[in-house]
Amino acid sequence: MTVSIAHQRSANRTLRIVCPNGHLGFAPIKPDSLAKGLTCEPDLICADSGSCDIGPGPLGSDISSSPLAWQTHDLELMLLGARRLGVPMIVGSAGDTGSNSRVDLFVRIIQDLARKHALPKFRLGWFYSEVPKALISETMATGGAIEGLDGRAPLDPQTVAATDRVVAVAGVHPFMALLDQGADVIIGGRSSDCAIFAAPALRAGFPEALAYYYGKVLECASFCAEPYAGKESVLGEITMEDVKVTALLPEQRCTIASVAGHAMYERTNPYFEHFLGGHIDMSECAYEQYDERTCRITGPRFVPAADLRVKLEGAGKLGERYVGMVGVRDPYTIANIDAVIAWARRQACERFGETGYELHYSVYGRDGVMGALEPLRDKPGHELCVVVQSIAPSREMAEEVCMIGLRQMFYARLPQVKGTAGGVAFALDEVLAASPAYRWTINHAMRVSDPMALFETTIMEAGV
Amino acid sequence: MAKRKLFDLAKTIRSKNAGVDRITFDVIFTDRANYDLVCGSGALSRESVCRIFGIPSSRITDHVHFDPALAIKFTISRTMPSGSPGDGDIFGSQQYGPLLDVEVAGAT
Repeated sequence: MTVSIAHQRSANRTLRIVCPNGHLGFAPIKPDSLAKGLTCEPDLICADSGSCDIGPGPLGSDISSSPLAWQTHDLELMLLGARRLGVPMIVGSAGDTGSNSRVDLFVRIIQDLARKHALPKFRLGWFYSEVPKALISETMATGGAIEGLDGRAPLDPQTVAATDRVVAVAGVHPFMALLDQGADVIIGGRSSDCAIFAAPALRAGFPEALAYYYGKVLECASFCAEPYAGKESVLGEITMEDVKVTALLPEQRCTIASVAGHAMYERTNPYFEHFLGGHIDMSECAYEQYDERTCRITGPRFVPAADLRVKLEGAGKLGERYVGMVGVRDPYTIANIDAVIAWARRQACERFGETGYELHYSVYGRDGVMGALEPLRDKPGHELCVVVQSIAPSREMAEEVCMIGLRQMFYARLPQVKGTAGGVAFALDEVLAASPAYRWTINHAMRVSDPMALFETTIMEAGV
Repeated sequence: MAKRKLFDLAKTIRSKNAGVDRITFDVIFTDRANYDLVCGSGALSRESVCRIFGIPSSRITDHVHFDPALAIKFTISRTMPSGSPGDGDIFGSQQYGPLLDVEVAGAT
């Protein structure tokens, strides 16, 4: 009978990684499955901490979307486990966005935790991923086209000017450089999810195709297992021939279906994963059930890139934002909700003109979630919630625009309305200050000659 | 001809951002017969997807029958980047609703 990889290495030459969280800090690590993983002789503990999914706001305004308490909780569990076992710990895309301030934040948390727990001295390395706008402008001015991804046009100077912050997405290179310098703990700026795991595997001499696939399958932790359960740890093992991944939560298993299904998660195409330096082709991957809880994968191919292209992500501020909401119950008003909204827009227009601000209406109960993609748009519910958002250059103006856009719905003049004492219902008759509005301005790729060029590394001692 | 809903035939029906400019849909089956049936029925063909969501085919950037996972996967471009003001689904995670009721011809 096959012995589970949780109990025994499956080959003489292996590298085992425990991944406790697919987005470190965003929701806390569940500690029991991580504790089990730490008994499985991992060679490293690695996790990704970033995502574009949270929208452009955090990168633009340089904050985290994760609470400090949860970031500290997750880093503490990983750090104490890694130092106790004496194995390296790697975190990529620190603090949701991987901006420089988020790297500094995570480095500071690690230093504080090391002091708090009086951890013996270890080497703490980090790298930055932010790209100065001046460097981008310079590149464009000297003829270096910065091409658009996912159908975007090449980058132009106006878009750069409308951008507040840019990060570049690192490949394996800065992680490997810091491991070479003896780092025990690495805090990465923005980086490809798979690079966090591929870097130590490549450095240990495993084949590129398997190393990158290893990263791809591990980066979301328990999302590659079934049944669905987030924030649980998984254990991966790479050999010279294959990759294996096993679930550590007792209720979960890594099956052919769950692992193959995860291979296509969050990507436009199930066959290709791109990163700085190339891509892997998963079209010939074979999946087999290795033991009850473990899936074995063979057959990914590595395709090196002809030239080095680094992905850039940038966010730009649109303005200050206020938000308000109303309810509607009158069927006639529901049927004419667009006329109600048009009335309120006209009142804002009379006060502030046609341009210089934005008003957005989301009509929940009709198409608030899907907008124009909603096929049942003509079948609204018996009550609606309308969320009103205003965007304007100043907070004062945003507040007033939102107030007009909200309150004037109350006074909308519908010709046949029976209720003449107010056209909408307020749960709150106020508008609320929201986070400033941002937009993803940059989703582009820039050619570089050196994969380390944009990623400055530092290493120092931590602990006591 | 007998018809059944995709809800009854597929194990997983989901949507999610694929980067900031696209939303990808995964419809995953546990059994080969249902997978083959839906693939063959055209219920989730490019044309059907366009009809369901009311979009031109130019907005479908990928459409794949992914045999290893018994999955049909397609990706559409957004009209504005995720999280822009007015976007009602920053993660793109609730766009699959209309797929649940898609009727598949020939299912018994």
